[in-house]
Amino acid sequence: MSSLMSVGALESVSGFLEASVRTATPLALAALGECISERAGVINIGLEGAIIAGALGATLAAGLAGAGVGFAAGAAAGIAIALVFALFTVWMRADQIITGTAITLLSLGLTGTLYRTVYGSVGVALSTPTVSVVPIPLLSSIPLIGHALFAQPLITYLLYLIVPLCAWWLARTHAGLALRAVGEQPEAAIAAGIRPRRVQFVAVLFAGAMAGLAGATLVLAQAGTFVEGMSAGRGFIAIAIVVLGRWKPLGVAAAALLFGGANSMQTLFQAMGWQNVPYQLFLAVPYILTLLVLAGASARAAAPAALARRDLQQS
Amino acid sequence: MMTAPSTPVDQIAILRSGSSSTAAQAFAFALRTTLLAGVALAVLVLLLIATGHDAGVALTALVRGAFGSWYAITSATLVRAVPLAFAGLAVAIAFRAGILNIGAEGQLLMGAAIAAAMASVVGSLPAPLAIVLIILAGAAAGGAWASIAALLRQKFGVLEVISTIMLNFLAQYLIGWLVRGPLQEPTRVNPQSASLPDSLHLPVMIAGTRLHVGVLLAIVLAVGAWWWLKETAGGFRLRAVGANAAAAETTGQIKVGRTELLAFVASGALAGLAGSVEFTGVTYALYDNFSPGYGFTAIAVALLARLNPIGVLATALLFGALEAGANAMQRDAGVPSVVVSVVEATLILSVVAAERWQSRAVARAESGT
Repeated sequence: MSSLMSVGALESVSGFLEASVRTATPLALAALGECISERAGVINIGLEGAIIAGALGATLAAGLAGAGVGFAAGAAAGIAIALVFALFTVWMRADQIITGTAITLLSLGLTGTLYRTVYGSVGVALSTPTVSVVPIPLLSSIPLIGHALFAQPLITYLLYLIVPLCAWWLARTHAGLALRAVGEQPEAAIAAGIRPRRVQFVAVLFAGAMAGLAGATLVLAQAGTFVEGMSAGRGFIAIAIVVLGRWKPLGVAAAALLFGGANSMQTLFQAMGWQNVPYQLFLAVPYILTLLVLAGASARAAAPAALARRDLQQS
Repeated sequence: MMTAPSTPVDQIAILRSGSSSTAAQAFAFALRTTLLAGVALAVLVLLLIATGHDAGVALTALVRGAFGSWYAITSATLVRAVPLAFAGLAVAIAFRAGILNIGAEGQLLMGAAIAAAMASVVGSLPAPLAIVLIILAGAAAGGAWASIAALLRQKFGVLEVISTIMLNFLAQYLIGWLVRGPLQEPTRVNPQSASLPDSLHLPVMIAGTRLHVGVLLAIVLAVGAWWWLKETAGGFRLRAVGANAAAAETTGQIKVGRTELLAFVASGALAGLAGSVEFTGVTYALYDNFSPGYGFTAIAVALLARLNPIGVLATALLFGALEAGANAMQRDAGVPSVVVSVVEATLILSVVAAERWQSRAVARAESGT
């Protein structure tokens, strides 16, 4: 930091980093689940639906039994939506894209209807219990990045554990290998005695749980309330994040941070007084990057070969 | 992913309506459509009861809102059906070629954006010419936007599903910037474009209503697309590629890549038209939430029509009626209008389930078990 930069600006940057991590948390949760699902060959466009279901599930449960139960209920709601998706795509082998589109519509409609039925229509200022920030001693006092990384709610720390765990599980365990085999070479997987449908079912439900947690995070760690359609495209952003992260858990976490950062630019610009900078252009940057990455040869090599394939054997 | 996605092709082949038209087929189609409508209605009624509404009152409001008066039919239902018809045709053409274009929303937005830009420069031209230019600019913009995903698919084997998602976001942000920057209205207060001068509005078709001549264009294009698919060599090539790209390639007579590219760009142009026609016929301005998800609803519209262009007109009308009716239902019976999304989703899932069931039955019959 040059001496020209005022203390205020430094605080703005620190605040921006903190906001980036906060914004990235639900994105990373959802994207990590999607990453596992896609590595098993299933692309879930219905992720958006699982996120909004998780948000409503968390809202309903947290109001009755507190934030902890809220997270569990969010995950359960995400699994419920993912179950419908899995029934169509894995069991019936219906098209993943068409089913996913329907699942998103279904969930947005159901949550909106249920929410209005339970809490009445417009004008209800509903607030749910929220989880507080838990600063980690010492780590959170590292200059600039300490506060951003280590003064977050517990769910963010959970993510710090799940990301390396997923990376290790995918790369090093037999089950992880089986999952990758299903996404790359289903025929070989079957020959090796793996049951692709079972693997895909579990992967899709895991992605549902993670998306549900993402929705719960939006409500319980950020907004403190439910708003119709509050998933606001995050399910689709998660799919972009998986591509940018090249289908690897660590890459996905980094890509989520980039998207989180882009979405937090606006606050930084306001803090710095740069009113005239068109922040939409910064919002667009991660998507342009993702398109460029997609066009690169390495991303194509990284993509699961059997992604969105339907012609798997009965197994 | 190296090989362009070949899988969506098989299920789309099954989704296509049959080529030979017989009375039995028409009957089967009617039966099937009635069944689907029945399932969707049952789900709606169950949901209404479960959420403590009077289903009778709500459904009455729905029907009245959609068809209860001349004004409801022309200015609510038909006006909503027009963008759904254009975008539904866009999705149908792409899906028929085996291309899963879920970017109709972004292509529609780009169509609207470029139409708005065009509107700001053609003011000095005679009005009819200016209107035509604005609408065509929208089609060109939609086609150009789709061509990005088409080229990524062609050159790099990028799944169009993923690239069109990115392009949807980009179109949305581009509009966000345009309406606060270059295209913002002169007072620079509201994030929207200058409103279109009266002389550049699409003519109203029936006096006293909001129904504009865009509806005629939708009908002409649907019939044209239907004829083209059925009767021309180009239409045959498109269907062949969609049914089985590998087989089409091995004939040596069909350039699969070029056919896919053309279908994708044509699809984008139709979606772009949805945007520019909506701009010149209904909204008269560009703003952030220009489209209430027409490009996504269009997927349901196309699937329910079994990707048949004439069918798209019927299903667009159905969805236009549903959305018009839903607003009335919210106003008069207190039922949240988002309930319509559940009905739309049920329709898509029922179509998908019916198609799977049918193809399994066919497979079983063929294997003779």
